[in-house]
Amino acid sequence: MEHVATAPHTDHAHLHEEELGFLRNYIFSVDHKVIGIQYGITSLLFLLFGFSLMMVMRWQLAYPGQPIPYIGEWFGEMNAPGGIMLPEFYNQLGAMHGTIMVFLGVVPLAVGAFGNYLVPLMVGAPDMAFPKLNATSYWSYFVGGVVMLASFFIPGGAANSGWTSYAPLSVIATAGQTYWLIGMVFLITSSLLGSMNIIVTIIQLRAKGLTFMRLPFFVWAQLVTSFLLLLAFPPLEAAGILQLMDRLAGTSFFMPSGLIVSGVPMENSGGGSVLLWQHLFWFLAHPEVYVLILPAMGIVAEIIANNTRKPLWGYRSLVYATVFLGFMSFIVWAHHMFLTGMGTTISTFFQTTTMIISIPSVIILTALIISLWGGSIRFSVPMLFALAFLPMFGIGGLTGLPLGLAPTDIHLHDTYYVIGHFHYVVAPGTLFALFAGIYFWYPKVVGRSMNSTLGKIHFWGSFVSINFIFMPMFIQGLAGVSRRLYDGGAQYTHAQGVLYLNEVMSVAAWTLGLFQIPFIFNFFWSIWKGKKAADNPWESTTLEWQTPTPPGHGNFLKEPVVVRGPYEYSLPGASKDFSPQSES
Amino acid sequence: MQIPYNAVERPDTGLYNAKLGIWLFLASEVMLFGALFSSLVLLRVNATTWPHGWEILNVPLATVNTIVLISSSVTMVMSWASLLEKNFAKFRRYLGGTILFAFVFLVIKAFEYGAKFEHGLLPSTSNFFATYFTMTGLHGLHVIGGIIVNIYLWGPGSKMWTTDPARFINRIEVAGLYWHFVDLVWIFLFPILYLL
Repeated sequence: MEHVATAPHTDHAHLHEEELGFLRNYIFSVDHKVIGIQYGITSLLFLLFGFSLMMVMRWQLAYPGQPIPYIGEWFGEMNAPGGIMLPEFYNQLGAMHGTIMVFLGVVPLAVGAFGNYLVPLMVGAPDMAFPKLNATSYWSYFVGGVVMLASFFIPGGAANSGWTSYAPLSVIATAGQTYWLIGMVFLITSSLLGSMNIIVTIIQLRAKGLTFMRLPFFVWAQLVTSFLLLLAFPPLEAAGILQLMDRLAGTSFFMPSGLIVSGVPMENSGGGSVLLWQHLFWFLAHPEVYVLILPAMGIVAEIIANNTRKPLWGYRSLVYATVFLGFMSFIVWAHHMFLTGMGTTISTFFQTTTMIISIPSVIILTALIISLWGGSIRFSVPMLFALAFLPMFGIGGLTGLPLGLAPTDIHLHDTYYVIGHFHYVVAPGTLFALFAGIYFWYPKVVGRSMNSTLGKIHFWGSFVSINFIFMPMFIQGLAGVSRRLYDGGAQYTHAQGVLYLNEVMSVAAWTLGLFQIPFIFNFFWSIWKGKKAADNPWESTTLEWQTPTPPGHGNFLKEPVVVRGPYEYSLPGASKDFSPQSES
Repeated sequence: MQIPYNAVERPDTGLYNAKLGIWLFLASEVMLFGALFSSLVLLRVNATTWPHGWEILNVPLATVNTIVLISSSVTMVMSWASLLEKNFAKFRRYLGGTILFAFVFLVIKAFEYGAKFEHGLLPSTSNFFATYFTMTGLHGLHVIGGIIVNIYLWGPGSKMWTTDPARFINRIEVAGLYWHFVDLVWIFLFPILYLL
């Protein structure tokens, strides 16, 4: 990277894109739109990869001990002799599925891609506040991803202590765990730089007239999300440093006294606390859940307002609920730890805060649902995904209540119920919202629209099959099937009655995989063959649609001046049913 | 294309971009060190035995280091003030002083580390030494980071004084805020590790 300092007023304005050359334009670009696209494509690839890991695992869960057909021998004798998956390999796939989907897939797509591309456009800025830090953020993410992928090829394979990396298991695990920790340090650095950048951009670079209460809800969601990333990730970085010290320097931060592994006493000083890791981890990882969901809610809000052709219901309530939710998310983390023996007093505290945090979530969801009332809804592909988000997130949220209450959590903890709950929030919840966002903003980014027939096939296929994956998990979980079983519960008596569901879920998972093919095809085909899109194809009000398509370097042809709120649809007396924010 | 409010303050927020940026960065740093301090408290409260820092650590050397680091913060402010007086030569002397103090701090720290290693006191010896080495080590990395930034601003980066003085003053202010934070972390580390 060249130095920014020597010539602050270099003639950026005079540099034409051609003069920068291919590398500077498309690879090491500092333009927020290019970086947003880079984030988008990289994270979509990671999502596909992380999903593939799960599709392989689902074979073992449906047909334990049977050789994986067709692709079994790809994994080598070390991992799957004769195509039969070893337990160690299953653990690697499980740990890396979680890590990749959360840290390399959903967050970079929701914040890195959508945040980067859209926030400067929506606030009427020429770029992010710190373009070079922005590029650094992407490349740090990229390196973190490469380190994570590389760990599959070292002796002992990738990290295999779960995405939560609980100590002391993770401390004594194979070298893959060290790679995981180093990868995480890069990812945390990336998210730190990215979140700083988004916050400064929103606060400092808002266009003239764009007061905070005129910001699109998506921007508010990104602002709160960025604060969560900024303040919640450092404790995990601290925890990662401590675990690295435990692994490499032989310290005992997370190693209790008198630990015996496989009959051999561990040779370290002891005195560490395994609960310390869990506290530090969940101090990040609970706000992280809101990092996963808030941008999705932002996207859904934009799409609902646009496709109902009426203002969002309760914009201010949405904003205040989001800010309150962000604040509360820092004091609910230990509801993940009710069964660790930390004591009933602490459990009661966190159970109470957990019930409180459900209030703003319900406010947000209610406001979005009421926004549909009386609208003349356009059932476009993005709107279908956005509409599906509402009940799916609703199921995910409501099934969380029994987990947030300590007495019921005792039964449900660590069962498939938890997996079902979490995935309803993140897969048909967040991921559907992200798909909605891709279909919605694709015309602005590419200049052509995605095919809506393929989009509808993608939507209906995914919608049906994804429910067949996660709904049975509630049934298995209520029956007490543990989430961490290599054979899906085959050797447990209490699981026999619900064992047949493993096959249902697996077939549904592979079907879901098949229904992503129309999306992937559509995504690339539309770049060249899609229908040409106008500057404002959805007749939307927010600033990003007031740019040329695709927006050039510097975004706006003339500096936008905002004169009204973000959702002025169907204004009485207006000549058309939408009144853009910057039009007087 | 020019990013607005790089050099001048935005009227309604009263901040230029980098100043808000550095405060956000420092907030995240507070969370990083806050997590480590909390871990230290938790480990110490749970421990059956925990030595007093002054029994096994070198308090006089650490006291000298505290004075050195505070002095470096003073010179950092003076270098910024010199720029406000438009006295570039004075700025360079003071910033040079900050860099020099930072190196002195590291050298003293290296002697301390060396003495511990010689006596076979390593991070793996006990959780006291584990926290001592981890936290002072991470602080040391922050010092090194500060030195790199300050050397850049003292040397090649200072060319900006002729091209865009307002923005250069901002840069020194921002670097100074970071440096004071590094200083402040030590002000917490010194009593907690050495004196309690």
